[in-house]
Amino acid sequence: MSVRRLALEQPASFAFKPATLKAARGWMENFPAGRQQSAVIAILWLVQKQEGWVCEPAIRAVADLLGMPVIRVLEIATFYTMFMLEPVGSVALVQVCGTTPCQTRGSEALLAVCKRKFGPSNHRSQDGKFYWQEVECMGACANAPMAAINDDYYEDLTPESFEKLLDDFAAGKKPKPGSAIGRMGSSPEGGLTTLTDAALYNGSLGKKMTIPNLPPKALKSAKAPA
Amino acid sequence: MAGLLADKDRIFLNIYGQRDWGLEGAKARGAWNGVKDIVAQTPEWICDQIKASGLRGRGGAGFATGLKWTFMPKAESERPHYLLVNADESEPGACKDRDILRNDPHLLIEGCLIACKAMRAHTAYIYIRGEYVFERERMTAAIRQAYDAKLIGPGNVHGWDCDVRLAHGGGAYICGDETALMESFEGKKGQPRLKPPFPAGAGIYGCPTTVNNVETIAVVGTILRRGAEWFAGFGTEKSTGTKLFAGSGHLNKPCVVEDAVGISVRQLIEDHFGGVRGGWSNLKAVIPGGISVRMIPAEQCDEAIMTYEDLQARGSGLGTGTMIVFDKDADLVKAIARASYFYKHESCGQCTPCREGTGWMWRVMERMVTGEAEMSEIDLLLDVASQVEGHTICGLGDAAAWPIQGLFRHFRHEVEDRITRYRAGKPHVQGHSLQAAE
Ligand SMILES: Cc1cc2nc3c(=O)[nH]c(=O)nc-3n(C[C@H](O)[C@H](O)[C@H](O)COP(=O)(O)O)c2cc1C
Ligand code: SF4
Ligand code: FES
Repeated sequence: MSVRRLALEQPASFAFKPATLKAARGWMENFPAGRQQSAVIAILWLVQKQEGWVCEPAIRAVADLLGMPVIRVLEIATFYTMFMLEPVGSVALVQVCGTTPCQTRGSEALLAVCKRKFGPSNHRSQDGKFYWQEVECMGACANAPMAAINDDYYEDLTPESFEKLLDDFAAGKKPKPGSAIGRMGSSPEGGLTTLTDAALYNGSLGKKMTIPNLPPKALKSAKAPA
Repeated sequence: MAGLLADKDRIFLNIYGQRDWGLEGAKARGAWNGVKDIVAQTPEWICDQIKASGLRGRGGAGFATGLKWTFMPKAESERPHYLLVNADESEPGACKDRDILRNDPHLLIEGCLIACKAMRAHTAYIYIRGEYVFERERMTAAIRQAYDAKLIGPGNVHGWDCDVRLAHGGGAYICGDETALMESFEGKKGQPRLKPPFPAGAGIYGCPTTVNNVETIAVVGTILRRGAEWFAGFGTEKSTGTKLFAGSGHLNKPCVVEDAVGISVRQLIEDHFGGVRGGWSNLKAVIPGGISVRMIPAEQCDEAIMTYEDLQARGSGLGTGTMIVFDKDADLVKAIARASYFYKHESCGQCTPCREGTGWMWRVMERMVTGEAEMSEIDLLLDVASQVEGHTICGLGDAAAWPIQGLFRHFRHEVEDRITRYRAGKPHVQGHSLQAAE
């Protein structure tokens, strides 16, 4: 468990931008009538997209929108560690995965890069452009080590390629997400060991077929003209 | 041929995203084929076929899927039935569901429809961990395609009304536990519920609910198209079928790959993961099923096979089938200490043994890494681990204990050496300097 509190300095107010509100209403309609509370995580995430972080006035606004007690929304914002409770970097939020699979492939060197460039973790860099932190497994272990920068995963990193990536961000570029060594998704480096049979992709699998093991009665009705 | 499985017997044909993920591409690879005939069958027929295939849940616990579906009420009532697909994927080592979500989304959507029919449900929700932004957007697009083509939704061509919707996760490991998932889905803190009531009786919104892993649901369509006996023909009697495996750690070519359950640990590593860094003889240990299972030492990795029963007999488990490999240069104590930190970080805090125990175990593990511990603390640590194990509301307590137990079962001597070395260093510092002065 991690103890998380709201930032001491808070803005005076929060207002949904029209696009945020539209997306929020979309999530509310996604759940049965009277169950709009199910949209709370999605909406807090939208707030974070809009502002970069989740501030206290926003928590109240979300509670208002969903008809929830403020304390329940506060509870969500503090329980789920993906919600940032203080302003993050103006250019990027850098989250380096430090869990064991990434650690065995060198995440400590990536953490060191961040520390050297931006100072201590869970703080903004001096120029205010970056905010970095160590996070737990991001579900991309076959492409370890990795970092999530804003909403994208950057994988198969080395300290050198990572540093270059961060410099690109600092220079206002938007580097292409994915493997830094050109792997296609989670495929093995250097070429596939499977899925090389061309017959899988010639459309034959999409041809009309009969489902095996159907009960006799169903077989007859399936054959009858529709 | 690399591995045990021929290409023609694979289910996930676009797992690396090398082809069109969209509806046209998926259909050309067989997705949605024959689904109308499948959905026309009774729920009993579908459940019986899935039972006969031997499919076991791919989320880690390995519960028989067909059987689990039969726990749902036999008739619809005013309380609707739900399928809740677990795409919270946050077990360290696991990264397979992500590839289904982003590259083979239509297999998951067809599986949702079929599973809903089998459980008399008209709504499936897919709960995706918050950080999978790209994957969520991809799933949104695929679901839209399926609605537009009238494959799902009210009045669809398959004759079973069924909505497939997404739910947004908050990136908490604990929400992978099925009851925490349900709490989180309802817009609450992800703290596991006590069972009973079981989800099939009272799940989300108090309605009958079944939680299944992404991979479990995504394989259902192909199993029924190819026949239960096809799937049951791979693996062993208790561990059937094909499965996505993942490799991470000290491998030459870590990746995700589909192969037959029952492939040996060694063949999986050598055929698909490019071998152990420095060669097979450089292997130290493997955690075969995601970090929450006990490790097995290299000596056992020649015979070990990727089945539930073989790995269980070795004190480990198949778990999610996603292995972490350590070579001889690995610092296993540090690796497990980092895992302990993970559990401390992810504990939801509602049971005392877990909330206090995970933090305590982590702090002791950190001292074991440097050797700055008392010898007697090893037994104390194991004692605490066994007291956390089995005494908590959910499986996170067990999961926190097992990696530590696995380390000490096979590598206790390493920790002892470390403590001895550390102690030998300390009091002798003086002695050495005295000697040097003489
Ligand atoms: C702490 C914890 C985390 C879990 N995380 C996941 C997960 O990320 N994905 C998943 O499918 N199952 C996870 N599970 C297992 C689920 O509780 C559940 O057994 C599973 O989703 C059922 O689906 P299946 O029968 O298809 O495997 C987790 C369990 C625990 C105790
Ligand atoms: S075992 Fe840990 S994570 Fe599970 S309910 Fe108890 S405190 Fe929460
Ligand atoms: S451990 Fe880093 S992505 Fe899984």
